[in-house]
Amino acid sequence: MLGRTANDLFWMTRYIERAENMARLLDVGYRIVLLPRADNPDQEGWRSTLLSAGCDDGYRAKYDDYDTAHVLHYLLFEPENPSSIYACLTAARRNARIQRTAITREMWENVNRTWQEFFDFDSSRITLNELPQVVDWIKERSASFRGALLGTILRTDGFQFCQIGTFLERADNTARILDVKYYVLLPQAELVGSGIDSVQWASILRSVSAHRSYGWVYRGGFRPWNIADFLILSRKMPRSLWSCYQEIMTALDALVVPDSGPPACHQLAREIVQDLANAEMTEIFQTGLHEFLIDFISRNNRLGHEIAAAYHFNL
Amino acid sequence: MTESQSSKPAAYDEMLGFDGKIREPYRDVQAWLAAQDADILGKKKREAEALFRRIGITFAVYGADGASERLIPFDIIPRILSAAEWRKLKAGIEQRVRALNAFLYDIYHRQEILRAGVIPEELIIQNEAFLPDMMGAEPPGGVYSHIIGVDLVRTSENDFFVLEDNTRTPSGVSYMLEDREAMLHLFPELFSRHRVQPIENYPDLLRTTLESVAPRGVSGEPTIAVLTPGVHNSAYFEHSFLADRMGAELVEARDLVIADGHLQMKTTRGLAVIDILYRRIDDAYLDPLVFRPDSMLGVPGLFDLYRAGRVTIVNAPGTGIADDKAIYAYVPKIISFYTGRPPILPNVTTYDCRNPDDLAYVLENLDELVVKETHGSGGYGMLVGPRATKEEIAEFRQRLKARPEAYIAQPTLALSTSPTVVADGIAPRHLDLRPFVLFGDRVRMVPGGLTRVAMREGSLVVNSSQGGGTKDTWVLEE
Repeated sequence: MLGRTANDLFWMTRYIERAENMARLLDVGYRIVLLPRADNPDQEGWRSTLLSAGCDDGYRAKYDDYDTAHVLHYLLFEPENPSSIYACLTAARRNARIQRTAITREMWENVNRTWQEFFDFDSSRITLNELPQVVDWIKERSASFRGALLGTILRTDGFQFCQIGTFLERADNTARILDVKYYVLLPQAELVGSGIDSVQWASILRSVSAHRSYGWVYRGGFRPWNIADFLILSRKMPRSLWSCYQEIMTALDALVVPDSGPPACHQLAREIVQDLANAEMTEIFQTGLHEFLIDFISRNNRLGHEIAAAYHFNL
Repeated sequence: MTESQSSKPAAYDEMLGFDGKIREPYRDVQAWLAAQDADILGKKKREAEALFRRIGITFAVYGADGASERLIPFDIIPRILSAAEWRKLKAGIEQRVRALNAFLYDIYHRQEILRAGVIPEELIIQNEAFLPDMMGAEPPGGVYSHIIGVDLVRTSENDFFVLEDNTRTPSGVSYMLEDREAMLHLFPELFSRHRVQPIENYPDLLRTTLESVAPRGVSGEPTIAVLTPGVHNSAYFEHSFLADRMGAELVEARDLVIADGHLQMKTTRGLAVIDILYRRIDDAYLDPLVFRPDSMLGVPGLFDLYRAGRVTIVNAPGTGIADDKAIYAYVPKIISFYTGRPPILPNVTTYDCRNPDDLAYVLENLDELVVKETHGSGGYGMLVGPRATKEEIAEFRQRLKARPEAYIAQPTLALSTSPTVVADGIAPRHLDLRPFVLFGDRVRMVPGGLTRVAMREGSLVVNSSQGGGTKDTWVLEE
């Protein structure tokens, strides 16, 4: 497979995953904004959404308030924001169009239809009232794409690069949400073990679609400790860092050709997999959750670059 | 010329002929059409459009604002040929394609046709489409133009003419295949009533043809790649479609490099050899060392590699000399010269404006002729006399006087029409037919081809770049 093709497939799935994650963050932000609270609720809800999405700096370069209409426009439709839904769907569709020969007809039609239907939403008129509909639609389209991918593509290298793109993006997203939300919500480190009754805590879980599954696993109220454990180390939670790295490692292993050593990036991935397998929550909290997550995000990024270099993504 | 053209009656209709009686191949479709409500056809037409948009079968129209992706109009009423009609066309096309390839071989070797005085020497030697660098090159099997589109028009029951040959990089075959797919999807019951010859095996035939011209010494299955200028090219859909259906890599120049005496592509596991390059870029862009030095679309050194027989380029460089509009007039003679037989399919009468008598005639009769630039394509730079304004005719008169050698002229043919769904029902529209011919170790064809239809009332310009549409083309079983 051409290196350029691998690059396009990797980014196609990354952008679709990113669009889905953005939709979830919007869902959470919307719920926070709707909470009956005294002081400046919009301000806080949207700011934490922008921070989690890594879009706050870009947003503030453009606007000096957190007006709902502005935030929605910036996260949904702004072409200059590379993480906006519009930018993600456009980039994914561009990659898919270039690589139509490398993907199945079902995948292509899925991406193409998503992109076309997105224009049915009127960018000048989306308000909080329409937001749930938009969010549901994006999640549904992303699930449908993933279904087409898993159900139709040949299990050759192209599939592995699609998987790697998806799970690198998902791991990055989970780590960032946890990092940002946790610090917004938890100023005092000594409280990590105690139970807190807060809708805000639920929002972390909602942003990774794990609000209800958390209850099944931990059978209790929201404890910061458990939430961190669920998102980082859980073997059951499909968006945990541990789960993402199982998928990445499986995909990388499938790329290895018999009789030739794997490129260096495989070693880095294996290290991350092992670190996640051996980690204990106690230890993570002792060294600092923030430090742990920052280190993870940086290694996750580095892995992306190493894979790109090892498989000649950029000619 | 037939009487029908001089006496200007309505054009011959594929379904109704001249006299309004349903022609045999259309009998069942006509009955079916008559039984449909007008709104059903409108609904099916919209369904077809939604289908094409979903699949993303789009075409870029140059110069149109914001229309970087436009649908080619698709008409749901098929164009139907009987088995006997197709048999005759097929024989004529095969004869023509073999003769054009023999001509190319000769032109790039001994040039016997020039020595024999059949074609004026300057018409070749001074022609921009003639590629001196190709002299003495030995393409595998001696074949130059492996994929040819032959544009045919019909003026009456038995009169088919070749309007144009496309021996360089003819396009449209993906529309031919997708049109059939769409029809099968929209009107399964129509296919259960008719026995339509299948065309779905075209990509297999293409692959077999390409493999048959692999470079000498390639053992095992040769590697095929389709070279595209990129996603912004108007025919990108077709490039990716063909690569996909053949199971070949779709490459751009930036994916290619010459290493170890081979053309190679940059893969995730390093370099991999390409044996056969089905290129969809023009000669001028193939190799900046030999052709346009500013080309970003080509590969430096590719041409030398080709001449050394290390890679097959399909179609070969230099095939443009066979479909040059100035050469066109000589194709009947070319056929006789190389096959020893008269052409089965006639040309349209053509006036070569470099010839003073022809030029005088053309200038006298501009309002009745079609004037074409010898190097133009896609329906650009063309005058359709009967439909032109006085100003346009005056402008062409000046152009002809200034550069007569750059133009040919032909009588305005009354192209046949076929019933077509239009805004207010069904109406006749003019059409042509482009069969696609494959030539490697032998000639291969799927029955029919791409029917192009001028969607505007009275228009004779069927090119998709000028807003023309397409129809599914049926060749019925015996």
